Amino acid sequence: MTESPLQREPAVTIFQKGGTGRRAFACPEMDVPEVATRDVLPAHLIRSEPPRLPEVSEPEIVRHYVRLSKRNFDLDSGFYPLGSCTMKHNPRLHERVAALPGHARLHPLQDPERAQGALELMWNLERALGEIAGLPHVCLQPSAGSHGELAGVLLTRAYHEAKGQARHKVLTPDTAHGTNPATVTMAGFEVVKLATNPDGGIDLDDLRAKADEDVACLMLTNPNTLGLFDASIVEIAEIVHGAGATLYYDGANLNAVMGLSRPGDAGFDIVHFNLHKSFTQPHGGGGPGSGPIAVSDRMAPFLPVPVIVRKPEGEGEAPGLPAGARRALQAADEPADGQRASATYELDYDRPRSIGRLRGFQGNYGCFVRAYAYICSLGASGLKDASETAVLNANYLLARLRELGVTKHLPLAYGDLCMHEFVLSGGPMKRALQIKTLDLAKRLLDYGYHPPTVYFPLLVEEALMVEPTETETKETLDAFAQALAEILREAEEDPEIARNAPYTTPVRRLDEVAAAKRPILRQPL
Amino acid sequence: MLAAIGVSSVQEIFDRQVPGSVRLGRPLALPGGMSTLKGASEQDVYAHLRDLAARNTSAEDELSFLGAGMYDHYVPAFIDMLMERSELLTPYTPYQPEISQGGLQIMFEYQTAICELTGLGVSNASVYEGPSAVASAGYLAKLHNGRSRFVVSAGAHPHTLQTLRTYAHGYGMEVVEVQLRDGVTDADAWASAIDGDTSAAIFAQPNFYGAVEDATALSAAAKENGGEKLVTIAQVDPIVLGILAPPGECGVDVAVGEGQSLGNRLDYGGPSFGFFAAREAYLRQMPGRIAGETTDVDGRRGFVLTLQTREQHIRREKATSNICTAQALNALAGVAYLSWLGREGIVELGELLLARTRYARETLCALDGVSPLHSQPVMRELALRLDADVAAVKRRCAEMGVNPGADLHALTGREQDRGGLLVAITERRSREDIDRLAHTLGAAIAAEHEATVAA
Repeated sequence: MTESPLQREPAVTIFQKGGTGRRAFACPEMDVPEVATRDVLPAHLIRSEPPRLPEVSEPEIVRHYVRLSKRNFDLDSGFYPLGSCTMKHNPRLHERVAALPGHARLHPLQDPERAQGALELMWNLERALGEIAGLPHVCLQPSAGSHGELAGVLLTRAYHEAKGQARHKVLTPDTAHGTNPATVTMAGFEVVKLATNPDGGIDLDDLRAKADEDVACLMLTNPNTLGLFDASIVEIAEIVHGAGATLYYDGANLNAVMGLSRPGDAGFDIVHFNLHKSFTQPHGGGGPGSGPIAVSDRMAPFLPVPVIVRKPEGEGEAPGLPAGARRALQAADEPADGQRASATYELDYDRPRSIGRLRGFQGNYGCFVRAYAYICSLGASGLKDASETAVLNANYLLARLRELGVTKHLPLAYGDLCMHEFVLSGGPMKRALQIKTLDLAKRLLDYGYHPPTVYFPLLVEEALMVEPTETETKETLDAFAQALAEILREAEEDPEIARNAPYTTPVRRLDEVAAAKRPILRQPL
Repeated sequence: MLAAIGVSSVQEIFDRQVPGSVRLGRPLALPGGMSTLKGASEQDVYAHLRDLAARNTSAEDELSFLGAGMYDHYVPAFIDMLMERSELLTPYTPYQPEISQGGLQIMFEYQTAICELTGLGVSNASVYEGPSAVASAGYLAKLHNGRSRFVVSAGAHPHTLQTLRTYAHGYGMEVVEVQLRDGVTDADAWASAIDGDTSAAIFAQPNFYGAVEDATALSAAAKENGGEKLVTIAQVDPIVLGILAPPGECGVDVAVGEGQSLGNRLDYGGPSFGFFAAREAYLRQMPGRIAGETTDVDGRRGFVLTLQTREQHIRREKATSNICTAQALNALAGVAYLSWLGREGIVELGELLLARTRYARETLCALDGVSPLHSQPVMRELALRLDADVAAVKRRCAEMGVNPGADLHALTGREQDRGGLLVAITERRSREDIDRLAHTLGAAIAAEHEATVAA
């Protein structure tokens, strides 16, 4: 095969470009008396040689990174059905409003009375997220989903400690995201795995057997990573609460149920949101994310600091009322439009039972602005519509794959219908056609698609996890289904086609084993 | 679509899966201002968000000397352009390396830049931000030596101290704080606090009060008293590493920090990125994504996420961290900014900050009612003591369009920080700006004195 221009272009790092003395930066004038570094710092604290940063002009930098960008596939270019990641459209309005200097150049230590717009935005976003979760108290601080998980498990620890209980186990189903068990360990608990029943839900007998007085929490994703809503959720909540434990909701799959079903109503105590998933903060090639949490009344005293409090007009300090109670009251009698501007917002650090801080400042505010704009754009019915369409799209794609016979080789792992995503098993394909799920994924690259999530969840053999989101049209779903059918047809004739794919990408299959065996983690200088 | 699925309505798809008892039978009640049931047009949402922005006083609206962890450095325009490019803005973690070579190579370049800045052998592809990076470094130390205590200098950022305590309480680690003497870590107290049970010795460079610590002496004393297994951790401000000795040359094992000052906006505190670099011996305990070089089947140079057996999606409860999504886009801004500064620029910028900070110290300390909080060397931020109420002085300055800096006592709660003001200098604050600050601060303090006398 002839090489494409991108394939012919060798990977050269910015450190290998440029030349001695070349530069982009023009330093502002030295307008004060010059100071010799050696007159300020002792010799052993002075850098002896300048760091070997690139020596390049601005046009070189721009061209370098723009050319690199062309070696990426992205959501604006094509279908990205990466399961559990909710790759929905990122409206450019959100970038525009986040870049307004009043948001983008606002210092996090600005006095609250001079950051009222930001605090009002955050307070309202908290209320909106709380309403979506069905849990009244929200903290926006965590930086991503896994950070929200850590917050939630630490809240659980604080809750039990306040009751004088030293519980040391956390239950996670075998379908859980890897972040769940990793978080449990980081928060000082021991992981106890729960089995999945033949319907794809929690095995209730296993849960009953394991939900003892040592269990602090059950972490659950619902719909779970099989794309299935656990219909026993109310019973699960009863068992967990009966054992005195808390119930944690991993919000990675919230996009299936916004405005339709609320974790809080099902008995969850703690929910984390992934603003970069359900609320369309762009994924940035691996962040930034944002992972706010919503909690029930009994968890509220332990929330991280600071907490945003709202004071209606004319109300000064309200001594005697703890901040949590004050917040709950305010949430209860939400003022109508038109009365808002007169209220003031403050940051409350006086929360003696708080678990403390999880990071600096108030969280990823830039993500809050985008999520807030998204919720404003969609409104209550739009959010519900988004989830309904996401679920419709997933089920339609599944139906098309059935019609085209794809599910003969790639059967649905569990269930019949699905929620916003579904998991196929490539096991039969591997046996009948001698191609693995990995091969199928790599061949999809040649068809111009980002492959679905592969090899997760772990309990499904050769798993392929497909999440189309509400963004996609019927035409896109049809074409994608057709591509999968075509790849299977090719494999029936010649499995080598998929096994050696991709052919058209800037680089072809990469040697990951060698990369790990002899790590080269930076450009030699 | 419904016919293909074999249902009569979308409702039916939900009815067959989600029990009625957990269905929400009413529209969501969003709060006032957001409560339009049907949503809003793009222009209306823009207008609403612009109105909210207008109620904030940003660094665009006043002469601001706020710092204390995040700084108003200039971000070159081309970085805005890169960060809005679809190819960089809208993909996710590079799980499919063949179509993610751009992002992976950028991570590789970023790691190179961070290693070079810090003088350490390995860097990951980013963590969330500064304070939680320190807490993650503490977890690395726990994994490395299994010991039971962190010793941390009181010169660390208060948010770092608080975050470290939050994390440490979870993974079961005691935190002991060592006090300062004249603005830097008390060397005797430091040495005597560290022993064979000390997992990590942690300090900030420069510290929260702007003072340059003797990183070499602190690291050496830590190893001397805690042995080779102890991990020395420094939270470092990367912007001064053009002229300040890199932590790797000062005996620091793990250097982490807040990357905001490298090409990222203030954004009221985030998103920015945290950097995380370590000696090669700690590679297998590093948190987060790491990009590595390899070749493809045709022999082309390429990049992949590597050493993933450390990570949560492979190792689950045995992972070195729970981190998944980090701050890739912000780290891209970081490496693009460092390329823009370049080898000479980062030195020149450091020297400019050093000179202007010295000028600011001399000018401000010449004012009535202002003295230095300590006598240590400073590079880009200085701590002052005012003989007037800081909050009141700040209010008076704000009326004159100047934000003189951060109220130290409000941040640390320490009695000895009453009257403390932390003033940050960036290349955006000229001599003229510093002179205006001096004039404003002097007038505000004088007015406050008068008001106090009158009362």
